[in-house]
Amino acid sequence: MSKARMQLMLCSGTGCHATGSKRFHEALDAELNRQGLTDEIKIVETGCNGFCAVGPVMLVQPEGIFYQKLTAEDVPELVEEHFLKGRPVPRLFFKEHMSKEKIPHIDDIPFFSNQVYRAMRNKGAIDPEVIDEYIARDGYFGAAKALNEMSSEEIIDEMLTSGLRGRGGAGFPTGLKWKFAHSSKGAEKYVLCNADEGDPGAFMDRSILESDPHVILEGMTIAAKAINATKGYIYCRTEYQLAIRRLEIAIAQAKEYGLLGTNILGSGFDFDIEIYQGAGAFVCGEETALMRSIEGKRGMPRPRPPFPAYKGLWDKPTILNNVESFANVPQIILKGGEWYASIGTEKSKGTKVFALSGDINNIGLVEVPMGLPIRTLIYDIGGGIPNKRKFKAVQLGGPSGGCVPEQHLDTLIDYEEIAKVGAIMGSGGAIVMDDRTCMVDMARFFMDFIQDESCGKCTPCREGTRRILEILERICDGKGEAADLKSLEDLCEVTSNSSLCGLGQTAANPVLSTMRFFMDEYKAHIFEKRCPAKTCQALLKFTVDAEKCKKCGLCFKACPADAIVWKKKEVAFIDTTKCIQCMSCYDKCPFDAID
Amino acid sequence: MWHTYLISAFKTNPLATRGVCILPTAVVSFLPWQTSLNQKTDKVRLEMEHKDKSMIIDGRALRFTEGETILEVARRNHIDIPTLCHLKGATPTGACRVCVVEVEGARTLMTSCTVPATAGMVVHSESPEVIRSRRMTIELMLTSGRHDDCLVCPSSGDCRLQDLAFRYKVKGATFTPSGVKYPMEAANPFILRDFSKCILCGRCVQACNEVQVNEAIDFGYRGAEAKIVTKGDRALKDSDCVFCGECVQACPVAALVPKNARLVPRMSETRAVKTTCSYCGVGCQMNLHVKNNRVWHVTGCEEVAPNHGSLCVKGRYGFDFIASEHRLTTPLIKENGAFREASWDEALDLTARRFKEIAGAHADAVGVLTSARVTNEENYIAQKFARTVLKTNNIDHCARL
Ligand SMILES: Cc1cc2nc3c(=O)[nH]c(=O)nc-3n(C[C@H](O)[C@H](O)[C@H](O)COP(=O)(O)O)c2cc1C
Ligand code: SF4
Ligand code: SF4
Ligand code: SF4
Ligand code: SF4
Ligand code: SF4
Ligand code: SF4
Ligand code: FES
Ligand code: FES
Repeated sequence: MSKARMQLMLCSGTGCHATGSKRFHEALDAELNRQGLTDEIKIVETGCNGFCAVGPVMLVQPEGIFYQKLTAEDVPELVEEHFLKGRPVPRLFFKEHMSKEKIPHIDDIPFFSNQVYRAMRNKGAIDPEVIDEYIARDGYFGAAKALNEMSSEEIIDEMLTSGLRGRGGAGFPTGLKWKFAHSSKGAEKYVLCNADEGDPGAFMDRSILESDPHVILEGMTIAAKAINATKGYIYCRTEYQLAIRRLEIAIAQAKEYGLLGTNILGSGFDFDIEIYQGAGAFVCGEETALMRSIEGKRGMPRPRPPFPAYKGLWDKPTILNNVESFANVPQIILKGGEWYASIGTEKSKGTKVFALSGDINNIGLVEVPMGLPIRTLIYDIGGGIPNKRKFKAVQLGGPSGGCVPEQHLDTLIDYEEIAKVGAIMGSGGAIVMDDRTCMVDMARFFMDFIQDESCGKCTPCREGTRRILEILERICDGKGEAADLKSLEDLCEVTSNSSLCGLGQTAANPVLSTMRFFMDEYKAHIFEKRCPAKTCQALLKFTVDAEKCKKCGLCFKACPADAIVWKKKEVAFIDTTKCIQCMSCYDKCPFDAID
Repeated sequence: MWHTYLISAFKTNPLATRGVCILPTAVVSFLPWQTSLNQKTDKVRLEMEHKDKSMIIDGRALRFTEGETILEVARRNHIDIPTLCHLKGATPTGACRVCVVEVEGARTLMTSCTVPATAGMVVHSESPEVIRSRRMTIELMLTSGRHDDCLVCPSSGDCRLQDLAFRYKVKGATFTPSGVKYPMEAANPFILRDFSKCILCGRCVQACNEVQVNEAIDFGYRGAEAKIVTKGDRALKDSDCVFCGECVQACPVAALVPKNARLVPRMSETRAVKTTCSYCGVGCQMNLHVKNNRVWHVTGCEEVAPNHGSLCVKGRYGFDFIASEHRLTTPLIKENGAFREASWDEALDLTARRFKEIAGAHADAVGVLTSARVTNEENYIAQKFARTVLKTNNIDHCARL
């Protein structure tokens, strides 16, 4: 490897790409060239670092200085001051949201310091397109051990000891799944990786694939040995072009090194992996639909049993695991199940990756130990809610999940604990909502998504979600009636209880969970024709509270519709016939006098 | 003496109804061929224990064989679990969710048509939870598309959805009917596709793909937009469809009906007359649906060989000739180059006389040609007639011409 004195780990993930990492890279390259520093200082393009919100980001190693929001214009100063004179540039350090304190060192930034990296251990640390860098960090050592020193039973036992549960949503014990497929008879078996990632707002799997593609290949190879499969498929959504390209490079390199293909590492074991590009239907993430899709048929779920471990792809025994699940496998085999199980709670071991998004300061990808309180995830790692607003709830598990409100923020990250409050761990989507979010509208949003994505095969899901959406739309439109609450409840229960696949069975979760915690909002919409969060356009009626109005006139200046009557030293008045509900006055009034 | 006991034992033994011969030990012990049968019984019992297990449905302990679904066990024991999408002979799809039952210990309700029976399984086929789900499912179907016009619907009286609505007392009044989304398709001589009646049960898809293996139709689009489509969503006449009508027979509602279904008596008004198709030598068994001495519909007889309910386009739709004005109703005799009407007696007499004259003089001057369109029995009679009455071996069949 290079003998450079300094390595610049520049993020080239999709997020930083979007914020301009490429232009920065070019400028940096040119400057290093100009100064003749290219031998001393190496730029390493890494996959997503996780902190996309402040991208483009770069980590200077070995010092561990973290720079954020880089632009091409910053290059001369960086090179001159830091790289040549050894004086890091505070202007580009991370700034703590509350204290405004500037933190130079990556290990001191709460976003990073509260995390534990296992599935993402190589993120930002290696060049994903160079297999040697992966190997240098113990890559393929797990596979070597599994293939040459362990029996299938031993691998499965190790997985069972680790307590790893499927990270794709349902949390089924991975070792158990493998055990079923192992005991299932058949000369041909398949190992599938689910990289469909259809949950809106989630990008955990994409990041892992982009930053560490080899870990998936290694994990799948170990799984193949465990169940005795010779062929694997990675089902990846077509939109993930960068991930697909890196996977292709990784597969080619692994084959060249004899780490994939025939007689892997001289063990006599054969295993090959192919990438299958999915067209991006949410339902194709469901296991039976995914298998049909690989078979070239319409991606529609089929009833289980028979379970894929007995009859999966082409009716052969098959296991399907999520990207993050596979990413944990090599380390479990290398370091042992006990090691993996050393962190976490009784029934949820290891770590979980979350994609923090919504109304939160540190939008990004984080990996946290199981058992961490959700509050720590939101406030310490996530940096809290922007604009000094109040936290309202966090939606876990995307459209199939539920929300965790303020009063349950101390719930631990644990499959069962989260389920107790009506949400699900899900695949790791965590959408934070502040007090300006209308929960009825939020439920409506997810139902809109789901009813579009329903495959249309079974009645409760196809027709039920349509009716649920219809009712939610009516409520948001100010046309809700008392009977709607009962109808919603009935519909939700039947779709959950009688749908064919997980999509329909979980479709009502956002509605059930918002009804559980925010019934007052539903009631305000229906009975008072009022949207407390001021989101539902049809229900907005703005008035000025004469007591609170300080007669400043800021609302008058903000109104684009001439709807506000105001004269100096007089209380403002809103002409509701002219008001277009744009909320400008509501936002502008410094005294909260407009409601 | 012992054999009467045996018969009564057979009658009371639930296994006897399944054709499984298990003799009570008390009987076995005084049978003459006792020892060998004892051994045999033990063997059967061992096999049974291995193969047959028991479960409980609605409080009744019932045996099942490995691989049977809950629905099959229930039906065998006269427990009536309603189904809609389930099509005999095709892979169960679990699409309609009407057949859901409560299985103790299961997270959700289970579709009895897809879930295999397992030992010790406890099933409730009409629990409050099940009824609630079925009622909602039926309600959702009734309000999808248009089912508010049963009165003028060709399937009325022969509609599974209507039957279910009656059984569970569902009116389809909770939601606003979603109405017509895709226009009706009538651009072919045989089948009318009324998408506003389609409840997307997928029976037609199974019928076309798994029974006839024509693979002309499948599910298309997603969610509430879902529709049964041909490749490229073209009209049936421009698709791989061969108009066998298997899908029409499988459709439980009025989404697939014969082209003229709205103009002729409904299926439920007709009487079924079982017969053999006269078009080809396959000899498909069919029902003619008759009213006022006229055939209005033809369906395949289910569960009998050779066709087990299937028909082809000719057998199913080629019957208007029966009531055609152009059809001959009396024999015609040609005299001086022109036909005149005659009575059957006159015509038969004439034919018999001429046969005698010609064949009597030179047997091989006549030959008999039969047809693939008549039954085996009729062909047999024809050759018998040729050989024994006309005394000629000149007997042949159109298929060899
Ligand atoms: C509608 C639906 C969509 C799903 N989408 C995904 C997905 O995008 N990625 C994923 O890994 N699992 C998804 N799943 C879960 C998979 O069906 C499956 O349980 C999972 O991939 C198994 O892997 P695991 O045990 O490692 O979690 C989805 C499930 C349903 C019902
Ligand atoms: S639950 Fe929804 S997505 Fe799943 S099979 Fe039924 S209609 Fe399709
Ligand atoms: S909501 Fe907009 S249009 Fe209405 S009064 Fe305020 S500023 Fe004017
Ligand atoms: S299809 Fe059945 S339920 Fe629908 S209108 Fe016709 S008879 Fe009534
Ligand atoms: S008529 Fe026959 S071929 Fe045509 S769609 Fe129906 S089943 Fe298929
Ligand atoms: S056309 Fe008939 S058989 Fe086919 S899906 Fe619709 S209702 Fe079912
Ligand atoms: S239905 Fe078709 S295949 Fe069957 S006997 Fe008639 S013509 Fe022959
Ligand atoms: S893409 Fe750069 S931090 Fe995520
Ligand atoms: S009959 Fe079982 S799901 Fe339709």
